[in-house]
Amino acid sequence: MSKIFKSLVSTVIPLPIENIDTDQIIPARFLKATTREGFGENLFRDWRFDENNQPKQDFVFNNPIYSGQVLVAGKNFGCGSSREHAAWAIGDFGLKVVVSSFFADIFKNNALNNFILPITVSDAFLHKIFQAVEADPKAAVEVNLEEQFIAIKSTGEKESFDINQYKKTCLLNGYDDIDYLLSLRNEIEQYETSRPFNF
Amino acid sequence: MGKTLFDKIWDGHVVTSRPGHPDAVYINTHFIHEVTSPQAFDGLRKRNIPVFRPNKTRATADHNVPTVDQHLPIKEALSRHQVEMLTKNTAEFGVELYGLGHRYQGIVHVIGPELGITLPGMTIVCGDSHTSTHGAFGAIAFGIGTSEVEQVLATQCILQYKPKRMKIEITGQLKKGVLSKDIILYIIAKISASGATGYFVEYAGEAIRSLSMEARMTICNMSIEMGARGGLIAPDHVTFDYIKGREFAPQGAAWDQALDYWKTLYTDVDAEFDKVLVFKAEDIEPQVTYGTNPGMGMGVTEHIPGLSDIEDGERPSFTKSLEYMGLEAGSQLLGKKVDYVFIGSCTNSRIEDLRLVADFVKGKKKSDDVTVWIVPGSKQVEAQAIEEGIDKVFEAAGFQLRQPGCSACLAMNEDKIPAGKYCISTSNRNFEGRQGPNARTFLASPLTAAAAAITGIVSDVREMI
Repeated sequence: MSKIFKSLVSTVIPLPIENIDTDQIIPARFLKATTREGFGENLFRDWRFDENNQPKQDFVFNNPIYSGQVLVAGKNFGCGSSREHAAWAIGDFGLKVVVSSFFADIFKNNALNNFILPITVSDAFLHKIFQAVEADPKAAVEVNLEEQFIAIKSTGEKESFDINQYKKTCLLNGYDDIDYLLSLRNEIEQYETSRPFNF
Repeated sequence: MGKTLFDKIWDGHVVTSRPGHPDAVYINTHFIHEVTSPQAFDGLRKRNIPVFRPNKTRATADHNVPTVDQHLPIKEALSRHQVEMLTKNTAEFGVELYGLGHRYQGIVHVIGPELGITLPGMTIVCGDSHTSTHGAFGAIAFGIGTSEVEQVLATQCILQYKPKRMKIEITGQLKKGVLSKDIILYIIAKISASGATGYFVEYAGEAIRSLSMEARMTICNMSIEMGARGGLIAPDHVTFDYIKGREFAPQGAAWDQALDYWKTLYTDVDAEFDKVLVFKAEDIEPQVTYGTNPGMGMGVTEHIPGLSDIEDGERPSFTKSLEYMGLEAGSQLLGKKVDYVFIGSCTNSRIEDLRLVADFVKGKKKSDDVTVWIVPGSKQVEAQAIEEGIDKVFEAAGFQLRQPGCSACLAMNEDKIPAGKYCISTSNRNFEGRQGPNARTFLASPLTAAAAAITGIVSDVREMI
C-alpha cells in the first residue's frame, strides 16, 4: 500500500447505497488473519458472491464496465464496527479514494491512517457523479489533494473538499502518526509525573 | 463559562496541543483483544520498539472464541492461531492477559467494569467501537482502529481532534417492562444511525439517573450506533457503590482521594453543549428493529413505515433493507415468528440482564420452534449465574447457557444464525449478515427477547408481566 497520496485521475465504481457499514465492507468471519494483507479478496464479500461463492452478476463490482481507484458511495459510509480491516480491504483491492456525502468518524480515521483519501462532497455533487457515471460508465474524476478539489472530467464540474491540514501533510509526504507521537516522548513523561492518579 | 463533563476530562488529558496538529491525548486504560491487535504488535516489531506502558493495557480473548468446550483446543485453525497470537504477543510485550480459561476472561467491555479497571475520569480506548460502554462511569471511552492501537501501545497517547458535545436528556420515569435498551433504541430510531456523528454524547435526566450501572452501560454501549464517538454519564453514588471493593479499584486512603476527585466530575450548570435533545421516558415503549441498521427501529406495537413515509432519495436503501429482512413496508412485527433468541453481547450480557431474564422465564418453557442461546459476558457473570441458580432456571425453560464471548453478536466464531432465519437479539447491530450470512436480526431488550423465546413470536412483554 502506497504511503503517499497526491492526486489521481480515474474512472469510478458507483455504489449509491446509504449507511454502508463495515460488516458489508468486510464481514467479521474474514477478520481472522493476523496480517494486513489479502483482505481485498473479501471486500464486499456477501454482496459480490452468493452462498456458493459464485459472483452475483447484478453487483457493480462484478460488472466489468465499472473499474477504477475511486469508490463513490451513499451517505454515512463506513458506519458500525471500528475494524481497520475495512480500510485494509479497500486499499488491498486497489482503491485509493472513497467519495461520499458523509463518513462515519472511525472509518474516516482508519482510511487516512492507511493513505486512502475519504472525500466528503455535498449531496448535490455526489448526485452529479452518479449521474455522470450513469451517462458514461467510463466517466472519470480528477482528485487533487494539494489543491483540495474533486472534478468530473466529462462535465468539468468541480467541488472543493475539506481535510485537516495535519492529515493532508501526512498524506502528501507519507508521514505517520506514530513517528509524530514518538517525538513527543519528553512531554508525555512530563504529563505522567504531573498526574498522581491514573484517571 | 462552566465546562461540560466531557471537557473537564478531555482537557485534563491533553499532553500537548500544537497548532496545526490534533491533540495528543493521554490514555489511562487500553483494552485489547485478539482480532484488532496482532497487526499493531507487528508494527511495534517492525519499528523495534516496546510497549511504552505495559501495565496500562489489558488483554482478553472474546471476539473469536467458541462458547462451548472452552477447555478444549479451538477447532478452527485460523481462530486458534489468532487467539494463540494474542497469548504470544502479550507474553512477549509484557501485557496482562485474561485468556481462555482465566477466571477474569470475558467480553472486554464487561470485564473492565466488573474488575474495577474502568474508573470515572479515565480516558479509555480499545480497538472496538463498543468501547463507549465504559462511558457509563463518567469516562471518555471510544473505539479506535488498529493503527491507533499501535499508537497507544507505542506512546500511551492518541492523536485526536476534540469532538463536538451533545446532551441527550431523558426526563421522567420509565414505564413497566421498558428497559435501558429500549431508551437507546428509541433515541437511535429518532435521530438515525448517523444522528450523532461528530459528537460525544452526555446522557442526563431523571430516567438516566435512576438506572443501575449495568443499565447505564447498555445505553453508552450503543452510542456508536448513532455515529457518536462515545457517550458518557456523570458518576454518582450509584457509580461509586458499584466500583467500591472491586478487584482493581482504589482502596483505603487512595479510595477517599479518588472519591473527592470523582465528585467534581459533572457538567457545570452554565456549561454549553453544541446540541441538546430532550425525550420523555413515558413516551418510550419496548422497542424492536425491523431493518438493517440500528436506526430502523420502532415501538413493538408500531408499524414499519410505509413507502410513502420515506423520502425519495432514501427509498432504494429502505426497500433493499426490507427485502433483505423479508418484511413488508407498513406491516407490524408483533406476532412475527422468530427462530432464534440470542441474549448476550457487550450490550446485554451482564448479571443484571441474566437475572431479569431468569425472573421472567421462571416456571415457563420456551416455544418448541425456537433455539435460545444465553451467552454470559464473562467468567465472573457465568459463575455468579450458577451461584444464584440462574443456570437451573434457564435449563428448565429449555434455554442453553453457553460460555463467555462475543458469540452471535458478530458471528465470528461458529455461533451463526442460519441464512434466512429470524433472530431476536439483545446485541447492538442488525446489519446484513451480522449474525451470519443472510441471517435476519431484530434488536430488542433482554425482556422483549425473553418474551419471544416463550411465545415463539415477537411479543409485547408488557402484557406478560
